Amino acid sequence: MSANPNQTKNNKLVLKLAAIVVGMFGFGFALVPLYDVLCDALGINGKPSDTAAVYEAVEIDESRLITVDFITRINTGMPWEFKSETRRVKVHPGQLNQVNFYVKNPTNTAIVGQAVPSISPGPAALYMNKTECFCFEQQILQAGEELLMPMQFYVDPQLPQDITYFTLQYTLYNVTASADVVAMN
Amino acid sequence: MTTLTDNTKHDNHADDHHDHHIPYGIKRWLYTTNHKDIGTLYLWFAFIMFLTGGAMAMVIRAELFQPGLQIVEPHFFNQMTTVHGLIMVFGAVMPAFTGLANWLIPMMIGAPDMALPRMNNWSFWILPFAFLILLSSLFLEGGGPAFGWTFYAPLSTTYSADSTALFVFAVHIMGASSIMGAINVIVTIFNMRAPGMTWMKMPLFVWTWLITAFLLIAVMPVLAGAVTMVLTDKFFGTSFFDAAGGGDPVMFQHIFWFFGHPEVYIMILPAFGIISQIIPTFARKPLFGYASMVYATASIALLSFIVWAHHMFTTGMPVAAELFFMFATMLISVPTGVKVFNWVATMWRGSMTFEVPMLFAIAFIVLFTIGGLSGLMLAIVPVDFQYHDTYFVVAHFHYVLVTGAIFSIMAAVYYWLPKWTGKMFHIGLAKWHFWCSLVSVNVLFFPMHFVGLAGMPRRIPDYALQFADFNKWISIGGFAFGLSQLIFLVLLIKACKKQGDPVSAQVWEGAEGLEWEIPSPAPYHTFETPPIVK
Repeated sequence: MSANPNQTKNNKLVLKLAAIVVGMFGFGFALVPLYDVLCDALGINGKPSDTAAVYEAVEIDESRLITVDFITRINTGMPWEFKSETRRVKVHPGQLNQVNFYVKNPTNTAIVGQAVPSISPGPAALYMNKTECFCFEQQILQAGEELLMPMQFYVDPQLPQDITYFTLQYTLYNVTASADVVAMN
Repeated sequence: MTTLTDNTKHDNHADDHHDHHIPYGIKRWLYTTNHKDIGTLYLWFAFIMFLTGGAMAMVIRAELFQPGLQIVEPHFFNQMTTVHGLIMVFGAVMPAFTGLANWLIPMMIGAPDMALPRMNNWSFWILPFAFLILLSSLFLEGGGPAFGWTFYAPLSTTYSADSTALFVFAVHIMGASSIMGAINVIVTIFNMRAPGMTWMKMPLFVWTWLITAFLLIAVMPVLAGAVTMVLTDKFFGTSFFDAAGGGDPVMFQHIFWFFGHPEVYIMILPAFGIISQIIPTFARKPLFGYASMVYATASIALLSFIVWAHHMFTTGMPVAAELFFMFATMLISVPTGVKVFNWVATMWRGSMTFEVPMLFAIAFIVLFTIGGLSGLMLAIVPVDFQYHDTYFVVAHFHYVLVTGAIFSIMAAVYYWLPKWTGKMFHIGLAKWHFWCSLVSVNVLFFPMHFVGLAGMPRRIPDYALQFADFNKWISIGGFAFGLSQLIFLVLLIKACKKQGDPVSAQVWEGAEGLEWEIPSPAPYHTFETPPIVK
């Protein structure tokens, strides 16, 4: 096929097609941040922000009362006890609140845990602002240690009128295997 | 034999394969860059994989013959459902279509060979290794992949065996093979058409394969990305799909189905092309609505990119998204309906005869439409909540893939086999193959609709007692369908031994197209001087 008159034409087209292939491989990975951005923007995944919000100059809307439920869940392979001190609070949008969560490591080894929040219905996640949360970082509990972990939040007064009630769930994962060794010591 | 014309002047080409410049023995097949040889390799490989994946289906049906666990362990059952799916999708259907593309596209557009013959050799010869790797993982400690062919995280990450690495590499190789095959098809069709072979004169098989090839290069890299993420999540501590590390397992499903839905059209568009070649031949009328067929194929391909989440209605999407994906999915039935209408309109008032390829083609139209209708039912969000992950889904995709894709491949093999070998296949065996397959495939898959609607979950080795009778019938149908394929095997061996009556160049009375103008069997090299298409 050395005398193929199409040789240059073919090579050009192959290069173009190979570029599509490489581009689509990249697109597969681009879907990962894209997914998070879309979920954030549209508030469809119930994922609240994983960075602390600042509480200043927030107007308190006394006319509305929002019910917030707290649910705790332990993932498979996590031996800790984990519960919320308060099951339910009724808050005014804009008002700063604190809820404490209790954890205990009943085993005789140190374990690293990571709590991951999820809000239902999803759109409420955009309006759940946490100024302080144990879920922002990993927790280390030595054998038998127990801990009261605070979580401070306020509901954004912009919360759509049709949302009067939402649930915040924390799932606690055992991340000892992948945790920082330095942190362990 | 009403189908044969009296023209037998090309008989003496029977031993063309012994031309002096073709190497003998294994080297001929290892080193070949000839599109016909590579097509044959692909087709035989696909058939061997079809029998292998079929044997796994027999294990599944034997276990499900009765309620309770009797033959295999649940973990092995899971490996069988997983590897059955992987082999049938990537080992049987896709290579069979690539084999047909290799054999037919150059002959249909008047090209001497594929545009990139050495890459063609490569793209075939890496395939057997991919499947060797995949199959060998079944014999390792912890077993092979057992997470379903869709390898949802965290089943494939947190809860899978170490052999998942082999699964990932096997899928990478299969993907590379498909991508190379697709690039070859596109370059061949773009650059090697004979003078006068304009876009809108191309046979529909060529058109549908061109569109399929674009789908392949668009989505196979996304699949490669998905398996790579599974690999790094499992072995290198990344958290693409691990919620504890900030990832999201639902995102896996989005990425997978972004590949997965175009993938199912990759497995059906060439089938549409095949049927559009066969129906006009035996109806002795030109295809009704050629242009609309081309546009319908292109619109199905484009729509395939915006419907993926209909596989995930139960993951908890916002209502607006569910409605969007529901309506987008239902929209696909419009171009598909155009196609079915055109095939029926082609047969309307045609001088129809019912040779074996035509029998398979008509069975395709009827049974694929049944699969399409159950697909429409599954597209409806509220009902999908009931049907999701039941045998209704299994019935649906086996109607579109077995009586759809695979019946079309069988139709294609019967249609072009005499052109390839120069001899008519054993018609008696072929008819036995058709009727046994037709009856058994419906005994096999039709009752799955009923047990699915009644709530029998898929991918579970046991079931509630009330499903026992139907499952017995389904298994009997399955064994019969499996055995029927052995008739096909015998027929193919006889055909490859060049047994049978010689055929003319045209083979079928109503056949039209460049491939029917060259002698039968097709000489090793064709169209070294391009034909002029008027």
